[in-house]
Amino acid sequence: MLKYVASKAFESLALMVGVLVLVFFLVRLTGDPVALMVPKDAPDSQREAFAINMGLDRPVIEQFLLYVGDVVRGDLGDSLRQRRPAVDIIFERLWPTVQLALGALAFAVVLAIPLGLAAGMEPNGTWDKIARTVGLAGQTIPSYWLGMLLIVFFAVELRWLPSFGRDTAASLILPAVSLGFSGLGQLVRLTRSTVLEVRRSDYLRTARAKGVATTHLAFRHVLPNVAIPLISVLGIQFTYLLGGSVYIESVFAWPGMGTLLESAVRDTDFPLVQAITVFIAFVAISVHLLTDLLYGLLDPRLRIA
Amino acid sequence: MLGLALVTLISAAAIFAPWIAPHDPSAANFLAARQPPAWNPDGSLTYLLGTDQLGQDLFSRIVYGARVSLLVGFLGALTAVSLGVTLGLLAGWFGGWTDRIISSFANLLLAVPYLVLVIVIATVLGRSLVNVILLFGVTSSPVFIRFARGEALRLKQLAFVEAARGLGAGSRVIIPRHLLPNIVGPLATLATFEVSAMIFYEAGLGFLGLSVPPEVPSWGNMLSLGRRFLTTHPWMAVFPGLAIAITTLGINLLGDWLRDAIDPRSQEGG
Repeated sequence: MLKYVASKAFESLALMVGVLVLVFFLVRLTGDPVALMVPKDAPDSQREAFAINMGLDRPVIEQFLLYVGDVVRGDLGDSLRQRRPAVDIIFERLWPTVQLALGALAFAVVLAIPLGLAAGMEPNGTWDKIARTVGLAGQTIPSYWLGMLLIVFFAVELRWLPSFGRDTAASLILPAVSLGFSGLGQLVRLTRSTVLEVRRSDYLRTARAKGVATTHLAFRHVLPNVAIPLISVLGIQFTYLLGGSVYIESVFAWPGMGTLLESAVRDTDFPLVQAITVFIAFVAISVHLLTDLLYGLLDPRLRIA
Repeated sequence: MLGLALVTLISAAAIFAPWIAPHDPSAANFLAARQPPAWNPDGSLTYLLGTDQLGQDLFSRIVYGARVSLLVGFLGALTAVSLGVTLGLLAGWFGGWTDRIISSFANLLLAVPYLVLVIVIATVLGRSLVNVILLFGVTSSPVFIRFARGEALRLKQLAFVEAARGLGAGSRVIIPRHLLPNIVGPLATLATFEVSAMIFYEAGLGFLGLSVPPEVPSWGNMLSLGRRFLTTHPWMAVFPGLAIAITTLGINLLGDWLRDAIDPRSQEGG
């Protein structure tokens, strides 16, 4: 087990270094990072001063090593626009995004597991048809569009829920549903197909032959076996939600990291864009590591591989 | 077969756009700005789905918008497949350092949440159709790298490949002649789903104002504009979104059908 943990941790660390290389060189890909960060009409003297101030006049390798050193110390650079550490700005926006992602995940999981279970226990039944429709809809309806439809219907027409902002607990409902909907589709499909697979297994046939009641069968014999693949997908889903929240936050003016990234892009505040990317990537890699470890804990076969 | 019908319909709209669209998609008519669709009491048959804030015909813009979406979807997927399959087969076949370098590249791109990665690269590259296609092509390649690598590892151990090697065939013959043809089936399915995913993401990027230039009629650009008038003129955002949903539905149904046709074993799930 220790070897498994160590190798997974090393993998994650290598990926983090990779992300730093990627983000660092991406900004320099166009050849002139100064042009990306300074307004087009700025005089040359200002450009030079900016380059020296940001350390952009030094050799690239030296810049990179300084950058990595800063990141290790928890310094992701300063925002150009707000003139203060990017990390501080990110932490102010972190909780709303996590809240939104967790809300979306909760919405998806709470509906997907019972629906997928009911669908898989009785293929081609009514629940199965509903589950397949939800699965397909989650795949085809763009989240940002769903968000706009929900605003038009529930906020403008019915006036039941707020259409933007994060003032009351009810503000979370529409954004979380829009963000979680495609995940709901995926989780329903996964739960359903796993249940179908488990149903064909020998131990389930034995249980059925013993005369175990269907509900008992579903909850005691099928559900625990569905949990394992579900956990690994939840990790992937969470990462996906972090990215997808950019659109949803933009639709609902949700004050999280998504709108922060959007405004940083609009203001060409590159150090902030860079910092947000590194931060989100690090969070995603850590979540993956955690799911890998949890997975290894639940399914001993994986520790050997 | 609904899938094939929808895809044919959308492709026809893209190809024959000048003949189908009743108006020039960029012709502004300020006297007819923000008109509702024809079935609304205030609408008119001149503008079937209404107009935007410049008085441009929404129906014509949606018809032309199919061009951007399909171009990005197909060319982007083509780029991703060519790049991913080449790298993946090389990694799986040669192993060692080749594999390590290529796999790290794939893992790295997969480590950053996809949408964030796309937004950041789009910001650096700037708005143009070619940039958008390249961006989606490269960032989506890891899926195909992983797939092709796995297949190469599996096929490498089979008797026919060993036989070819025994007869003196080198990697230059084995990779394109023996490995590639054996992965085309499942690859086609995977690539189909990738097309719809890219159409989805391109529109999302356009929605954030980071895809093709704003004057180009595209579904994403229309959504980005429409959201500003969402509470007063919702149709400006509803119709382009509907076009995206119908297109991705068609392509996904086609992909499902293709998967069942190629691999009968997958049918059990329905």
